[in-house]
Amino acid sequence: MRKDRLSPRRGRTVILLLACASLLALSARGIPRQQQTNAKEELLAVPGEIGRPGGRLVVSLRAEPKTLNPLTAADTISREVIGAMQADLVHINRGTQLTEPALAKSWKISADGLRYTLTLREGLRFSDGHPLDADDVLFTFRVYLDENVHATQRDLLIAGGKPIAVRKVDAQTLVFQFAKPYGVEERLFDGLAILPRHLLEKPYHEGKLGQLWTPSTPPNEWAGLGPFRLKEYVAGQKLVLARNPYYWKMDLKGNRLPYLDELVFLFVPSADAQVLRFQSGETDLITRLGAENFSVLARQQSAYTMADAGPGLEYNFLFFNLNDLSEKSSAGLARKQKWFRDVKFRQAVSAAVDRDAIVRLVYQGRGAALWGPVTPGNRCWLDPSIAHSPRSLERARALLKEAGFSWPSASNGESTLVDSDGKPVEFSILTSSSSADRTKMATLIQDDLKQLGMHVQVVPLEFRSLIDRVTQTKEYEACLLGLASFDADPNSDLNVWLSSGGTHLWNPSQSRPGTPWEAEIDRLMEQQLATSGYEQRKKLYDRVQEILAENQPMIFLASPDILAGAKNSVANFHPAVLEPYALWNVEQLYFRNGTENARR
Amino acid sequence: MKQRGKFTKWLVFLALLHCAVAGAGFFAPYDPVEQDRGRPYLPPMRVHWVDAQGHFHLRPFFYPLRLREGSFDQYEEGTDAAVPVHFFTSGARYHLLGILPSRLHLFGGAGARICVLGSDAYGRDQLSRILFGGQVSLLAGLLGAGVTLLLGALIGLAAGYYGGWRDDLLMRVAELFLALPWLYLLFALRAFLPLSVGPLEAFLLVVIVIGMVGWARPARLIRGVVLSVKERDFVRAARGFGASDIYLLRRHILPETASVLLTQAVILVPQFVVAEMTLSFLGLGVPEPMSSWGNLLAALQQYSVLVSYWWMYLPALAIVPFFLGYLGLASALQERFGAYKIDEKSGRSRT
Repeated sequence: MRKDRLSPRRGRTVILLLACASLLALSARGIPRQQQTNAKEELLAVPGEIGRPGGRLVVSLRAEPKTLNPLTAADTISREVIGAMQADLVHINRGTQLTEPALAKSWKISADGLRYTLTLREGLRFSDGHPLDADDVLFTFRVYLDENVHATQRDLLIAGGKPIAVRKVDAQTLVFQFAKPYGVEERLFDGLAILPRHLLEKPYHEGKLGQLWTPSTPPNEWAGLGPFRLKEYVAGQKLVLARNPYYWKMDLKGNRLPYLDELVFLFVPSADAQVLRFQSGETDLITRLGAENFSVLARQQSAYTMADAGPGLEYNFLFFNLNDLSEKSSAGLARKQKWFRDVKFRQAVSAAVDRDAIVRLVYQGRGAALWGPVTPGNRCWLDPSIAHSPRSLERARALLKEAGFSWPSASNGESTLVDSDGKPVEFSILTSSSSADRTKMATLIQDDLKQLGMHVQVVPLEFRSLIDRVTQTKEYEACLLGLASFDADPNSDLNVWLSSGGTHLWNPSQSRPGTPWEAEIDRLMEQQLATSGYEQRKKLYDRVQEILAENQPMIFLASPDILAGAKNSVANFHPAVLEPYALWNVEQLYFRNGTENARR
Repeated sequence: MKQRGKFTKWLVFLALLHCAVAGAGFFAPYDPVEQDRGRPYLPPMRVHWVDAQGHFHLRPFFYPLRLREGSFDQYEEGTDAAVPVHFFTSGARYHLLGILPSRLHLFGGAGARICVLGSDAYGRDQLSRILFGGQVSLLAGLLGAGVTLLLGALIGLAAGYYGGWRDDLLMRVAELFLALPWLYLLFALRAFLPLSVGPLEAFLLVVIVIGMVGWARPARLIRGVVLSVKERDFVRAARGFGASDIYLLRRHILPETASVLLTQAVILVPQFVVAEMTLSFLGLGVPEPMSSWGNLLAALQQYSVLVSYWWMYLPALAIVPFFLGYLGLASALQERFGAYKIDEKSGRSRT
């Protein structure tokens, strides 16, 4: 149901899969699992229940991945699949939300914050058996930073206007040099998949990198460092991944991960169909569940393990069109913008919205009301000083009165709010027709605002045309949308808060900030980007949250819980609030009994 | 005589049903858009005559439903306080037939809401929504059928009577209309329209659209009747006396098509009600918070609703008696006109 979140940062990298650590035992088809330990291999040991090898885990995806190429993947689905197949130098543990070593076993940041020294793990191999060394990393960053490749990650690697310089010290050591201190620190490396130079160097020089690695690529032309590798792709049906025998993590007993032999992604387009597949036993695990479907499954509690990981990073909000309009747009909208631009009007709308009802009726109580963009799920960055003002129609009326609105008594007994020119306050709210949740929120808000005498129409629109209206033609009055940050760090939403950002939804891509408070946010965001040290950055970002709460360019509504379910036989199932939710520890998932192997 | 009785019976039956929908304001206990956010998906409440102590009450009553602790949609009856049913009570304001302001309702609960058919996701009374939704759906069906028949009759008459290239042209256009994938046409049409269409505009749009697309079939039927009628002796005779085209069409030919028109009307109304429901079901009809039978059923697009709340199916049941009535009337009409035709053949004169 939650199909249409917009990525706050198109170009953001994102999430890869998870992981932790290491040791022996090669395996894969044919190769015996228990094998001599390569003395030079430094596997990462990860804590967790010790599992049993084997089995095939089937999960559904709501669409086919468009690509398996980390350079061009911009959609959540491709990223989710790539996450299970690739690895990064430093990884953010989705459970703890903290960084941990991945391909790099350690890193050091110089005192001035400008130089990062990373040491690679010994004995790393790509999924095709080819060894990895510093040259692969050098190659990877050269590709990411090459303008002609148009890698989605490129803008992340520009700090202080200059690209990061990467230097090789020896086969295991690399130095990353920054022009300015970079607030993201080692989190930067999360989601930057390290690419196999031996496969990609030739296509790179031929300029063909962008077209490479689609799902239909033959498995032998593909290699990665993640827990699974490409095995089979059936268009429109499924993508089968097999265990990577060279994966660099082990459990505490020294068994090489992952436990599963195969990971199968079935393409099931609708959320309801995914639930049916899960109920019929065709899939073993289900994520991105809506609250309604969650409670349907929870009623059969005995059959499944259902998990509510708490509010995720998705925030839903209402915003008004605050763009500077061109001459040809309608006079009606210009007149309405006089209300929208009045901060008291926005505060009044915010005060009139019944957020508790949204959480209860839309999310069946499985969600959190929001007064700012940072959800309670984001433990590190939430500003606790933002007031959680409860719904108050009196306050809303007082604010409107101060702003010059009034309620002349009408003959039919229904009071209508009119502005200082005597025009009735009416506007429409766009929502995405494919998101039942957001349409429901809009219907609730419609009723809330009716009590203030505002006449609101809800217009469900196909997602793409909605985005087109909001970011291109700017022909809309108000809109209800949701954004999901990929990472807890505020930088993942840079594009939303900077006035020059393309996702600065209420007035995107401004050449200069239109209001003093937008200028202030710009300044604070840029300042935190160049500051190192969590405490300092937190202070700056708290101030951003306060400015947002005061000016209400977005009226924050609610955040849904991350809900997932699995068969009782799936163990190590610990969904996190960060994408990819239940698959972040896919290398540790295993089946409790052996029967799952025989099935299918 | 027997057919006439059957005909009247169906007519009365339909009239009663339509009265209930037309007087929705009176028969519905609540305002259909009023939300009760504390009680979403309330199951239908049971009417009681005997209380928890075993005493019989002359006045029926309900026990209020309370949310079960920690649950979102599981309710239990609280037997400590009964809510007696009051008849002809004062409640939400409405306009009877869109004109007469009133507050009188057929029934209502004293002190608490009673939802005889349960409530929806927003706690809105389902019975009230079905009755008010019927106004939209039925009116759309009736008006749509009217538009269609008017167009169909005009085009059919013109094509049949004038014949020649005009006939060819009109009938080819009719075939084109029959071949159009009209659902997709509607999607396209909706995309061109301004963003926020008010409830009234949306309704009129639906009516016009379903009226416009359906004219081809009745037009062809009427053309067929006209083709045969215009060669009849009495028409030739009238023409021989110098009657004008308009006079002939109006006085002699149009009345002959009456039976076809009437049966078509009775068959088209339920068809167009379904058309409106389809549009609203897909979100192209009247917008929230207004209800129509189609957008009431739209909630069933969600699997969780489908398996959890059976009373959300009730709007689908509501249409059954209406369609039964219309189809019964259609067959009664057919029998009647069929009988009339035999009479005519046996030589009895027209009245």
